[in-house]
Amino acid sequence: MSQAERAAEAEQTQTKYLGFWIYLMTDCILFASVFATYIVLRENTFGGPGGGELFDMPFVLIQTLLLLTSSFVCGLALLAARARKKAAVIGWLIATFIFGAAFLVLELSEFIKLIGEGHGWQASAFLSSFFTLVGLHGAHIAVGLLWLVVIVWQIMRLGFTAGTTRRLTLFSLFWHFLDVIWICIFTIVYLMGVL
Amino acid sequence: MNLDWALGRLTLDALPQELVTQGGAVLMILSGLAVVAALFYFKRWRWLWRWLTSLDAKKIGVMYVVVAVIMMLRGLADALMIRAQQALAAGDSTGLFSSDTVQQVFSAHGTIMIFFVAMGLMFGLINLVLPLMLGARDVAFPFVNSVSFWLFAVGMVLANVSLVLGGFSPGGWLGYPPLTEMAYNPGPGVDYWIWALQIAGVGSLLSGINFLVTILKKRAPGMTLMKMPLFAWSILVTTLLIIFAFPILTATLGMLSLDRLMDMHFFTSDGGGNPMMYINLIWAWGHPEVYILVLPAFGIFSEVVATFSRKKLFGYGTMVWALFGITFLSFIVWLHHFFTMGAGANVNAFFGITTMIIAIPTGVKIFNWIFTMYRGRVRFSVPMLWFMAFVITFTIGGVSGVLMSVPAIDFQVHNSLFLVAHFHNVIIGGVIFGFFAGLNYWFPKVFGFTLHEGLGKLSVYAWIVGFMVAFLPLYALGLMGVTRRLDHYTDPGGWQVLFIVAGVGVLIIALGAGLQILQLIVSIWQRKKRRDTTGDPWDGRTLEWSVPSPAPFYNFAITPKVTERDAFWEQKEAIKRHEKQEKPKYQSIMLPKNSSIGLIVGGFAFCIGFGLIWHMWWLVALGLVGVIVCVIVRCSNDTVEYELSATELEKFDKQYRRQHA
Amino acid sequence: MKTALKIILPLILIGMLAAGGFVFFQSVDVAVLNPQGEIADKQRTLLLFASALSLIIIIPVYMLLVFFAWRYRDSNKKAAYRPNWANNKWLEITWWGIPCILIAILAVVAYRTSHELDQFRPLDSDVKPVEVQVVALQWKWLFIYPEQQVASVNLMPVPEKTPINLSLTSDAPMNAFWVPSLGSQMYAMSGMSSKLHILANHTGDFNGSSANISGEGFADMAFTVRSQTREDFDAWVDATRGHAEGLDMTLYEELAKPGTVDQPVFYTLADAQLYDKIVMKYMMPPASDEKSEDEQDHESHDAHMGHEMEGM
Repeated sequence: MSQAERAAEAEQTQTKYLGFWIYLMTDCILFASVFATYIVLRENTFGGPGGGELFDMPFVLIQTLLLLTSSFVCGLALLAARARKKAAVIGWLIATFIFGAAFLVLELSEFIKLIGEGHGWQASAFLSSFFTLVGLHGAHIAVGLLWLVVIVWQIMRLGFTAGTTRRLTLFSLFWHFLDVIWICIFTIVYLMGVL
Repeated sequence: MNLDWALGRLTLDALPQELVTQGGAVLMILSGLAVVAALFYFKRWRWLWRWLTSLDAKKIGVMYVVVAVIMMLRGLADALMIRAQQALAAGDSTGLFSSDTVQQVFSAHGTIMIFFVAMGLMFGLINLVLPLMLGARDVAFPFVNSVSFWLFAVGMVLANVSLVLGGFSPGGWLGYPPLTEMAYNPGPGVDYWIWALQIAGVGSLLSGINFLVTILKKRAPGMTLMKMPLFAWSILVTTLLIIFAFPILTATLGMLSLDRLMDMHFFTSDGGGNPMMYINLIWAWGHPEVYILVLPAFGIFSEVVATFSRKKLFGYGTMVWALFGITFLSFIVWLHHFFTMGAGANVNAFFGITTMIIAIPTGVKIFNWIFTMYRGRVRFSVPMLWFMAFVITFTIGGVSGVLMSVPAIDFQVHNSLFLVAHFHNVIIGGVIFGFFAGLNYWFPKVFGFTLHEGLGKLSVYAWIVGFMVAFLPLYALGLMGVTRRLDHYTDPGGWQVLFIVAGVGVLIIALGAGLQILQLIVSIWQRKKRRDTTGDPWDGRTLEWSVPSPAPFYNFAITPKVTERDAFWEQKEAIKRHEKQEKPKYQSIMLPKNSSIGLIVGGFAFCIGFGLIWHMWWLVALGLVGVIVCVIVRCSNDTVEYELSATELEKFDKQYRRQHA
Repeated sequence: MKTALKIILPLILIGMLAAGGFVFFQSVDVAVLNPQGEIADKQRTLLLFASALSLIIIIPVYMLLVFFAWRYRDSNKKAAYRPNWANNKWLEITWWGIPCILIAILAVVAYRTSHELDQFRPLDSDVKPVEVQVVALQWKWLFIYPEQQVASVNLMPVPEKTPINLSLTSDAPMNAFWVPSLGSQMYAMSGMSSKLHILANHTGDFNGSSANISGEGFADMAFTVRSQTREDFDAWVDATRGHAEGLDMTLYEELAKPGTVDQPVFYTLADAQLYDKIVMKYMMPPASDEKSEDEQDHESHDAHMGHEMEGM
């Protein structure tokens, strides 16, 4: 790499980190809008059941633990990446994927159960907002899982380049961000729904 | 084999049924074919491809402006139709067009003017000017810049395809439910509106992030934030507005589309839906949006007034504070768009007061500009005339805004033609005149020759007179009790006369637009005579004038070092003081390679939008997969730049500088 | 001479326009500036006051703009040229300060009138109000008089000098009830009941329209408020009740189908709960037989509480 290329690369990394942080802020506001709508509409059950009747707290607790674990092992992957331990990184990332996917599977099964019982998103404004808010988070998780696959493949193929390290860092930012959003969902949707 | 699923709900019925829409569709298709034919005839496909796949902000900027100008002609045509209808449809007359057509026309008019003309001109000018002004080579993320443009273009295409297939939304430019829900508008029109805005909106959000990071990270060494030109400050606050506001639009349109596509109940009349929530959300985006449009225009005026008064801008620090004041306040005023929805006296009073407070920093800016002229040497070239037109016109709009900020007054004029006059007043007087000033001002830097002054001046006068004749009657009509969006009316006295006067006004505005087109054509015809040989046709103050015209593809051969505000003026003063100039030391630089992925992502985005509108689910899936694949391909490619060696750079630099005396 | 003409001719033109405008506007009804009702009257005063305040700012702006443009034009080498003069504390204090004071005054006025002219606030009057329940339909207005037990479409007779207490809802997309001569608009929304209080100062016919687009026939949402003497109003009520067709839910559902009405229609009110039923339509799923009476009452009570608009 020439000197110009090296200087440009370092600057690019800082720039991309800033850009990604700002993107996460916009994602925050996207979620905030849907949260606000949920809070306004959560009492509008149109004669049907509300959160208290529908939410299965132990189930949700398991989901939460799965996602938190996924975040934790993602952090371990980052630490291993700092130490350039390729095998460990890939291992922890696969673990991240497994826990994240398990979270998503459980969430989908909750959705399917609700729909099967006639509490689908068409039934009321409350249910529309519930499925949309939780579903939006789930969609982000799905995108994250896909991103994770691409990153694992890139690290396997290319090792630790400036590009792959940067993308791994950005992914972990994204993953932890989704964790924070889930905490908000857990509190505002589930906890406040059953209390 | 039954292929009905492939076409979703698209049938031959989607083709236009009325003469006027058929005419419009045919005109549009013929124009498109004419362009294609010209490309074949002049053998310019390769040239076009280089443009479309360019990641150079200057080329992307030109493309934005081209799209915006074409859309302005469409929007003006819509305006002429509305005025014609309202001038004729008094008493028993039903005018020229059916009610449904008129409602589609004014919805398209508003949507196109805000999203594709105003936003397009804005992003275009920012792309053309901001990197140069900051002493940078390009924006922070050139590839994302290209994607943003293509998403914008696809939104525009979707809005226009509706003219040929299916018709547009009749629900107004903001599409209030429950009118825009399936119960009242099950057809594709509202969906066209939703997805055109949704896709273009993503592009806008990405641009907001891009320009903010550009300002924060790509300024030339020595250019602290307080040494930036004021235009750059205006863009900085605008990007903050975009970043905070556009996600709200995405969420809201998303939820409306879920209501329509998946039978949800966010904003429906039944099922527990709450249309008032939509109105709150859409205006929580909508109000910052209008400041997103006007603040860059204010930034342009700051540059234009200082340059053409040959004087420092008055009160730089205050101007920055005023920008931040307006930005912050613009987030806490949104309820003034629906004082009559019944939020109650205290809530109304709060939002009314925050709204009128915005008048203070705005007024301060106007005084600062006027006092920049004080003890200056003012040259009334076309950009400066647009500034004069702005003060004359925008002030009236500001006053009508302050009047309506008083809730009890708004109770009488809300949604009347008084309101329509107000927002056209501030948007035309502020946003459009500002962008016209910018286009005339920076045209030589982009294309290398100046625009014809005489025709430019005539166009300013036509726009001022046209605006007054078209919109002052609307203030009167509003006070006479005429609500907006009527396609016919029983005239209790005086309405039709005023509508006819307003119609004449729009014709004068159209004349102004025609003069601008003529100005462009004549200038191109005379381009050799009008060549900008110095790169500094206006005796400018900021860095973009320090490079040759047109600006080289790498912007600056050597990144400038900045010590003062008005960096280029300072450079010129230093030369006048016979200060020792450093000998240029060329270094190799990295520039982005062209990429077709932006264009391809746009194509897949079109598939997603079109598929969702017509329920062609396979097309949606194809589009989604396509976008994902494009992103993965791009992110797997680590050789997206090329190096321009120091020797090549020196060669280009000397060549450009030699071409100019 | 040429400069003098350049100034005088436009001034003559503007003068002619002003004169023509003056004559024109005397001959038409500028409803907002020619109030016929108590509320609209106060709103006009407010509008004129706020406009006067604004003039304090815009007149100097125009004067300064024109004067500076003329005096500091490039060709005028006699004027002082201070290219680096860019700050003056006193000027800034002036043009921050005066607008702040003006806005502060306007803010106080805005707060007071926001309460005084709040659509939800009943009018101060000794006269017993007339209740009218307004239903916006596609594309006509239904006016229900619960006490008088009559109803009408597109024509709202009211007694003069009497407070009219309107409750508004919609069985159609969002609408807005607006009679500019009498004052104030209010949105009419499905599943909700909003309020508006108006009073006509004397007799007359006053034009009303919908101020929110509601579909294809939106422009046909014009209606008339007919302010009459008390005697004429009572006579209309007596002539209608018992003689006109009875408006019950079935007939109402016919009326509510999309379409316009050429002439006003009158009804006897056959169902006293009609308005409430129209509002409730959107708040509950279609009544199922399995639900107990208690459950239904409980749900409808809660829903009613949730959607009654009391001016949050």
